[in-house]
Amino acid sequence: MLHYFANPTRFQRLSRRIEPWLLVAMILCFAFGLYFALFSSPVDYQQGHTVRIMYIHVPAAWMALFCYTAMAVAAAVAMIWKHALADVAAKATAPIGAVFTFLALVTGSLWGKPMWGTWWVWDARLTSVLVLFFLYLGYMALRDAFDEPGRGARASAILVLVGFVNVPIIKFSVDWWNTLHQPSSVLRMDGPTIHPDMLTPLFLMAAAFQLYYFWLVLVRIRRELMANRTRALRHRQAAA
Amino acid sequence: MNAVSVLFRREMRLAMRQSADSVMVIAFFVIAVVLFPFGVGPEPNMLARIGPGVIWVAALLAAMLSMDRMFMGDYEDGSLELLVLSPVALEFVVLVKVLAHWLTTGLPLIVTAPLLFVMMNVPTEIWPVLLMTLLLGTPVLSLLGSVGAALVLGARRGGVLLSLLVLPLLIPVLIFAVGSGDAVLYGTGAKANLMLLGGVLLGSLALTPWAAAQALREAVA
Repeated sequence: MLHYFANPTRFQRLSRRIEPWLLVAMILCFAFGLYFALFSSPVDYQQGHTVRIMYIHVPAAWMALFCYTAMAVAAAVAMIWKHALADVAAKATAPIGAVFTFLALVTGSLWGKPMWGTWWVWDARLTSVLVLFFLYLGYMALRDAFDEPGRGARASAILVLVGFVNVPIIKFSVDWWNTLHQPSSVLRMDGPTIHPDMLTPLFLMAAAFQLYYFWLVLVRIRRELMANRTRALRHRQAAA
Repeated sequence: MNAVSVLFRREMRLAMRQSADSVMVIAFFVIAVVLFPFGVGPEPNMLARIGPGVIWVAALLAAMLSMDRMFMGDYEDGSLELLVLSPVALEFVVLVKVLAHWLTTGLPLIVTAPLLFVMMNVPTEIWPVLLMTLLLGTPVLSLLGSVGAALVLGARRGGVLLSLLVLPLLIPVLIFAVGSGDAVLYGTGAKANLMLLGGVLLGSLALTPWAAAQALREAVA
């Protein structure tokens, strides 16, 4: 299975077939999710309409963690099995994850101003997500810092795995430290503490973000493979 | 074991012959801290309040200065390849390098710190705790630094890149270290923070040599 899709041509054929479906599913999820989130979900009794920031903020934060985890898994697979596509997948995921992290930080800041009265506090959750953002930047910088691309790929794979310690810290930061950011209210042992009327749009938006990621990462991997191919052809042309 | 001690003696001899590196780190540490009273004003209470944090941040940056030299010389003159090929496990080589780096960077920083405590008017009751945090924290700088230094071998602008890679990972050390000093002042005791710092030290002692060794193998591959 792992090696079946290591073949770029096979992967591209499959990915080209899947992409339109992902795109359609994503548009549907965004359409319904945004409608529910912006119009057809209840107003919070304390927060008023600002609670609607949640429908962007929470999925973006989930995706920030998901992308980093995906990158770490891809980097490990690339390192252990020398799987060429896994390495391309890690590279393709990094900027997407960085943007999701940035989005989570910005929406959190916009939400923090009316609710907490401040754009930014140095609490454990915010700080650890900021560190995650720096880790994404470090990964991309290290990857591009070498003249030989293979060396950059291998070095940055190690960096991703080292930085993975931050992911559980982010997830449990709100439980370990008693800070301003609220503890998790969806993924918890005794079931979600959010009303279903708010949970439905939240999950729709989360699904939309997830589909967006899968769609974009497939497009980016395909683009990267084609770029590699073009480069190889150029080299051959120059050699001939 | 013999090979390890030979390697350690070599590292120390090299460090002694280039003792200017260590001196420069200390000079930077002192100057960086001394700038703060000029920057924020010499009011003693304020200096006492920000002192521990400033000293720790300066120590962090000072340690960064010498970090990229950890494997650079060996990488450039080719002895790194011999070290990789040697029968000694590369993880032990990394640990020896880290120990040498700590002895020539971390230890001098700790020795200099009390001087800066005086200059920053740090309350004497938190001196022992702060020295303890430096003792537990500076080895973590060297350990995580070894991973970063191995990763950026052969990179463009390696030194700057190294800070971008390593500093975010060192934030927990800074938080727990400065938190211990505050905890003593608030009367809650520094035990929790010191134990967390010790945990970070043990965790990085167990894990970073593997990552650094792998990065070194990639660097010479």
